[in-house]
Amino acid sequence: MSWHSKTAFLVVALVGTALGPAACGKSSSSGGSTSKVKVGLITKTETNPFFVKMKDGAQKEADAEGAQLLTAAGKFDGDNASQVTAIENMVAAGVKGILITPSDTKAIVPTIQKARAKGVLVIALDTPTDPQDGTDALFATDNLKAGTLIGQYAKALFTGRTAKIATLDLAPGITVGVLRHNGFVQGFGISNTDPSIVCSQDTQGDQAKGQTAMENCLTKAPDINLVYTINEPAAFGAYTALKAKGREKDVTIVSVDGGCTGVRGVQSGQIAATSQQYPLKMAKQGVQAVVNYAKAGNKATGYTDTGVTLITDKAVTGVESKDTAYGLANCWG
Amino acid sequence: MSTTTVIAPDEEAYAGTSPPLWRRLLSGSTLGPLAALILASAFFSFRTDQFLTAGNFSLIIQQVMVVGTLAIGQTVIILTAGIDLSNGAIMAFGSIVMTKLAIGGTIPPLLAIGIGILVCAAFGLANGLLVTQISLPPFIVTLGMLNIAFALTHIYSREQTVSGLPRVLTALGDTFTVGGTDVTYGSIVTLVLFAVFAYVLSQTAWGRHVYATGNNREAARLTGIAVRRVLLSVYTVAGVVYGIAGLLLVARTNVGDPQAGQTDNLDSITAVVLGGTSLFGGRGSVIGTLIGALIVGIFRNGLQLMGVASIYQTLITGVLVILAVAVDQISRRRAR
Repeated sequence: MSWHSKTAFLVVALVGTALGPAACGKSSSSGGSTSKVKVGLITKTETNPFFVKMKDGAQKEADAEGAQLLTAAGKFDGDNASQVTAIENMVAAGVKGILITPSDTKAIVPTIQKARAKGVLVIALDTPTDPQDGTDALFATDNLKAGTLIGQYAKALFTGRTAKIATLDLAPGITVGVLRHNGFVQGFGISNTDPSIVCSQDTQGDQAKGQTAMENCLTKAPDINLVYTINEPAAFGAYTALKAKGREKDVTIVSVDGGCTGVRGVQSGQIAATSQQYPLKMAKQGVQAVVNYAKAGNKATGYTDTGVTLITDKAVTGVESKDTAYGLANCWG
Repeated sequence: MSTTTVIAPDEEAYAGTSPPLWRRLLSGSTLGPLAALILASAFFSFRTDQFLTAGNFSLIIQQVMVVGTLAIGQTVIILTAGIDLSNGAIMAFGSIVMTKLAIGGTIPPLLAIGIGILVCAAFGLANGLLVTQISLPPFIVTLGMLNIAFALTHIYSREQTVSGLPRVLTALGDTFTVGGTDVTYGSIVTLVLFAVFAYVLSQTAWGRHVYATGNNREAARLTGIAVRRVLLSVYTVAGVVYGIAGLLLVARTNVGDPQAGQTDNLDSITAVVLGGTSLFGGRGSVIGTLIGALIVGIFRNGLQLMGVASIYQTLITGVLVILAVAVDQISRRRAR
């Protein structure tokens, strides 16, 4: 018995040690938190700079409004279970509203409905739920428009030339990816089955996978001269693959996202143009909406377009754009 | 281990004449985890008003029921000195099978559930056959099976979330009220499963054979235990448990989610290790695993209530896991 009681004591002592820093770190902000409006923010992951920026924006706005921000995230993109658990815990914590970028747009809806039934305002940020009225409101980029802008831009660049297009997409069935892809295709004035699209590959928005995808596309169709990418990491992956083949100068890459690294890629000419979106704005407006609901009682509804801007240093006529100086001043990540 | 008493899973609990049941269930290896559980609960009760309520505890049990159930199967396998990396993926495949069949309209929902659980049992059986018949290491077998089950899930589901499920599949997610507290039926299923396995492992011949096999396989074989048959049954039973976990998952989320369960293999191992079960086999209990799963759930919930970001929960879980394994290692050395 003596050994086991010693073990138990050791565990108790060490758990106490482990808890120490967490306890001290929070004591300042949790003091008197009962009167503060609590706002929950649930992102897809902790690590993606897009969500880091979103969290920064929400924190800044919460501080300005005197609200308390609770945050949580999935362990990987597509991790529905962690988001479900986070919603339940936030409702238990007494939040007035939850801002969420749903990892699985369908699977999260029943849990959101339970939260809404308890009077919690739920706003989707960046990604709509399926169905879209699963949440009270949606603050997001118009991804179709983001795609259309770079499609129109590429069309203007390729007047009088024959385009051989590779599309480096997100993943099957993910709405954001589908909307951007379709927007690009529509903006370019073709259909999804047009023979000028010679290669389409999924990249999960990942740089390494983008590179592999581009390498495979170049093997399949060496004469590719226009590359659409779902986001800038995929674009940089494509650029690396093109450079290895000595093709980086005569192939045009267009992208969507507008992260700071991405805009610098536009500045250096690796990417021709990108559609910039504004996660900070989504988070800021989201926090404002929850605070407003807590104070005045009126719920935000419907879709709010948080805007998208085409960023390029090689402007074309007929498509409105801003330069990379503007892009860098407004970028995230 | 140099000891020849292969029947005794825990030196203290089985020494001398039969001690009372509670004493056997709370054997030595679960005391440390239990102390950690109580301490963590006390800490969060002081830190936040919302923690110490019946509703919140019901919620925590609900949140650990899927990983907890998976961890039952994981415990039994780890008790035989094995490991299962494929349990989350098998569960996900089972849940997709039952949901897709159920919305097809041609198969009654109850039969669909049965088929889903059977499919999981078949995966468990396949793991067991590879481990016993070709003597492959469980780590490699289940690593392979993890990839196979993951791929089949995505191929069969076509990456689509399955929704619009018949009531029967989500019934375990329904709640009943006890003294003003909502409790889901699924939580009860999980707790009953823990009780059943605690009983079977400590009170039946099969349970003792599981411990004996994990303690010293060769010695177990020499005492006349059909070691291969024990292992085969362990992996198959674990498969059935994963199938039930799949049903609980469906009930909890109301959908068949092809992305589900991707970190549940490691999460279930975490629960087992936090519960004081030895990764070297032969020592530990499912009650410890329940405590381990609850520790993870309590930290996640408590830190969220306090407003601490979820990444700190991962940090603390990491510290606790290393601590638990260290305690096990030191106590093994002492026992020698």
